[in-house]
Amino acid sequence: MGMTITEKILAVHANLDRVRPGDMIMARVDMALGNDITAPIAIEVFEKAGVGKVFDRDKIALVPDHFAPNKDIKSAEQCKLMREFARKYGITHYWEQGEMGIEHILLPEQGVVVPGDLVIGADSHTCTYGALGAFSTGVGSTDLAAAFITGTAWFRVPESMKFIFTGKRGKWVYGKDLILYTIGRIGVDGALYRAMEFTGPTIEELPMADRLTMCNMAIEAGGKSGIIAPDAITEEYVRDRAERPYTFYASDADAPYVEEIEFDVPGIEPQVAFPFLPENAKGISEVGDIAIDQVVIGACTNGHLEDMRIAASILKGKKVAKYVRAIIIPGTRRIYTECLKEGLIELFMESGAIVSTPTCGPCLGGYMGVLAEGERCVATTNRNFVGRMGHVRSEVYLANPAVAAASAITGKISSPDEVIYVQVKRDTIRKAR
Amino acid sequence: MSQRKQISGKVFKFGDDVDTDVIIPARYLNTTDPKELASHCMEGVRPGFVKEVSSGDVIVAGKNFGCGSSREHAPIAIKGAGISSVIAKSFARIFYRNSFNTGLTLLVSEEAPDKIEEGDELEIDLSSGIIRNKTKGEEHRTHPVPEFMRNLVAAGGLIPYMLRKHARKGE
Repeated sequence: MGMTITEKILAVHANLDRVRPGDMIMARVDMALGNDITAPIAIEVFEKAGVGKVFDRDKIALVPDHFAPNKDIKSAEQCKLMREFARKYGITHYWEQGEMGIEHILLPEQGVVVPGDLVIGADSHTCTYGALGAFSTGVGSTDLAAAFITGTAWFRVPESMKFIFTGKRGKWVYGKDLILYTIGRIGVDGALYRAMEFTGPTIEELPMADRLTMCNMAIEAGGKSGIIAPDAITEEYVRDRAERPYTFYASDADAPYVEEIEFDVPGIEPQVAFPFLPENAKGISEVGDIAIDQVVIGACTNGHLEDMRIAASILKGKKVAKYVRAIIIPGTRRIYTECLKEGLIELFMESGAIVSTPTCGPCLGGYMGVLAEGERCVATTNRNFVGRMGHVRSEVYLANPAVAAASAITGKISSPDEVIYVQVKRDTIRKAR
Repeated sequence: MSQRKQISGKVFKFGDDVDTDVIIPARYLNTTDPKELASHCMEGVRPGFVKEVSSGDVIVAGKNFGCGSSREHAPIAIKGAGISSVIAKSFARIFYRNSFNTGLTLLVSEEAPDKIEEGDELEIDLSSGIIRNKTKGEEHRTHPVPEFMRNLVAAGGLIPYMLRKHARKGE
């Protein structure tokens, strides 16, 4: 029997000829990632172990993105702790505020994680890098500390689930909608402990930003990891960025899957996940009339340049509704700069949106857009649990950047078609006069 | 890391999909102090939770307990509040790892959470994995803790375990 792409990557990193689901293995990591809220515990544990040196200063990545620029004194102290650790141990992949970006957008952009890698991160959305054809998974701070010391992590080899997407995506349907639809279908624990393998003709044509978005949310179905087999699109993305040599793996034709689920993509509308679980996905046509107070466009899920362009195409020439806040967060310094060059920042400002430096901020109710009691936000983020973005009686609706931008204009959850129609209608009336 | 043999305490009952934002809201992740984290544990859904807990008490919950974030602050907050163990139908995987790494005992049982209620007094024998509900006079079995996890605990925790493995490789 063959192996899945996930099993192959795990086997190679454990120096084994083969692995099977259920095997307990110890594997080398190519990159061990932490951020300003998870690294402090890892650093405490590391220093307490008294080993005095890291396993490889090139294979640790530290990013101040959650509560940076510093949210308050305690957050400043956590960022300082991480900075001092990076300096003390000569960590190559430490980005200061000003250089950094949201970790899961930054690392692929900078070629720090590459196809064939085994990556762990003290952040649940570390599963994002599976889009590059890597095995990538979230762990805790103590696991991270153990990796700082030994360069390894233990794993139970997961069963793999195959998700097969066929057909062309409709208008305004992106990777975000495919993954929200999937989580809606299988539930927040539908892929518990499993590797989610996204395949099929639709995926083979899916741009890298959308692949990163899909794999980003594997954890929201309980998945240990998400993965998309590397191909020409992957090669195009990594070729000029990769810091290290990379390897393309693929699942064998006779690889074992615990479950296979097929999706007819033309039948999938833009999705909106209602409070308080990402699995409460509904098609945009079923949403009804829901007034909103805030929109957030960004986060590790949809902070890519492509997402900024989509939002800009909807907001162009229009205004954010009165009494509504639209917060737009380009994912990295490079993306922000590119938005500047393309005139998108000016466009966002003209529309009345707020443009922020890269930060996770509002996604987890940290700062830069927290919600009051009774407020509702449409967000391109990945979670809508109770109290996620602020007060326990506030609500978060998850959507793609086009739906989020349209909602900012109308002041209620809207399809982009509603906004475009309004513009066409205005033009028609203007011409008739 | 202590190797407890027996747990006894009263039950705090929760439902399915108790997520890490409910366990410890992200805005408090600017600290690593267990007592401070504990003071905010479950505050969104059960204000004052930490004040109700006596040392050794138990959380009993449905499926997918601990889903969401990788924050190790979640089991730290629960343990800091005085909870000795969590019994659930299933656990989210990062929470599972983190709990073993921080010494919070986890037990899996598909049927026990359907029978055990808020306020019940439990006695748990960790070597057999048997839960005795003293209030209802019922007993429940839990899934044995996997051998790998027992080895982690026996080694004194993840770091001692990993250091030993590493040393054996001669690195």
